[in-house]
Amino acid sequence: MATPNPEDRFRELILPHLDSAFNLACWLTRNRADAQDVVQEAAMRAFKYFSGFHGADGRVWLLRIVRNTFYTWCRDKGGPDGTAFDEELHSTAEPDRSPEALLIRQDCDRLVQQALAALPLQFREVVVMRELEELSYKEIAEIAGIPIGTVMSRLGRGRKLLAQRLGDTVGRHDGT
Amino acid sequence: MEHSDAQQLLPAYVDQELDVVDAIAVERHLETCLECRREVGEQQRAGLRVRLGAVRFDAPAALRADVLAALPGQRPERTARVPATSWWRTATVALAASLALALAWGISEYRALPSSQQRLAEELVANHVRSLQVDHLTDVASSDQHTVKPWFIGKLDFSPPVPDLAQQGFPLVGGRLDYLDGHNVAVLVYRHKRHPINLYIWPATSQATALTSQVHGYHLVRWRAGSMEFAAVSDAADGSLPQFVALLRERAASDWP
Repeated sequence: MATPNPEDRFRELILPHLDSAFNLACWLTRNRADAQDVVQEAAMRAFKYFSGFHGADGRVWLLRIVRNTFYTWCRDKGGPDGTAFDEELHSTAEPDRSPEALLIRQDCDRLVQQALAALPLQFREVVVMRELEELSYKEIAEIAGIPIGTVMSRLGRGRKLLAQRLGDTVGRHDGT
Repeated sequence: MEHSDAQQLLPAYVDQELDVVDAIAVERHLETCLECRREVGEQQRAGLRVRLGAVRFDAPAALRADVLAALPGQRPERTARVPATSWWRTATVALAASLALALAWGISEYRALPSSQQRLAEELVANHVRSLQVDHLTDVASSDQHTVKPWFIGKLDFSPPVPDLAQQGFPLVGGRLDYLDGHNVAVLVYRHKRHPINLYIWPATSQATALTSQVHGYHLVRWRAGSMEFAAVSDAADGSLPQFVALLRERAASDWP
């Protein structure tokens, strides 16, 4: 079988990136249930337009669709501020019995988790893509549809806001 | 470089995204500018705290299953179990045919393999997915090989090796009993960067050859060491599963039965 069918190619090239997709969706929606909806919808779209995928990087392609799906979903819901903030998602209070969850919660720093969740969306998304997904500026620019210079300035601003919220600023200087 | 220009480039400097010329220019400026040095430290610390402290959410198995199920042309899950005898008879014939080819390459491609191998590969991956879905990854949850190894005694007619690979970045999570293709098998569960790895072990009964394959986006490696047959399955990114297997085979050469 020289040419596998689209379903098999999709499974091989796109589905391995479902963790990345879900992670980004969780941090965009800040709600696990909404993130599942967004990813499921995005995966359907991805498959629908899969014939148009000739690129090398399935992850960038899928994340771009996840992000677009999220923004469409926000518009339908009346703005990103309308998304329900899931306290449980970003706190360590709720015990979950599965070994996965236990492992996750052990190495989660509640302060960092909450500070990142509270960042304005435009900064939050680039910080998550850079620090948690370890994507390059070029990849982030492609996913978010913004220039590389904007990726840089938003990352700088986002990390600065985080440092302030975490009380971790050393340099004390007036004006920026 | 002017202070304001350097300041603008600091995030990219921290992320090592500058070209050499700009990076050197920024470094020169940092030598003389305390404010920018502090800024660099702040950026680095904030990034590090997110990396270490924020959760990277993994897709729930149910979501993965839902996405798979929604694909058109999705085959119904194989539930009928093939009787063991017929499998082995088919396998012997099929393996004889593929042996020369497999020997030549050492590792052969999944698609080129006969259907019995393919069936086992699919069953392994289905088992892996199920183990994540039903929240039944382990019967005995322990990161201690000296707890997991004795647990199998009396439950199986063989004693699986339980190597400790925590130092190498593959901590043990636990073990469970499972049933695969007519056999009881020992399953050791390891983890690598939050990806679970199922390691299946059973007594070898055929001239199995080493092979790697991808099934539905999952990575699968099978091999034989001593009197045992092994199969490792994971969704971990390319590279980590072969590394895991290489470590195991290294151990097998030294202290395994």
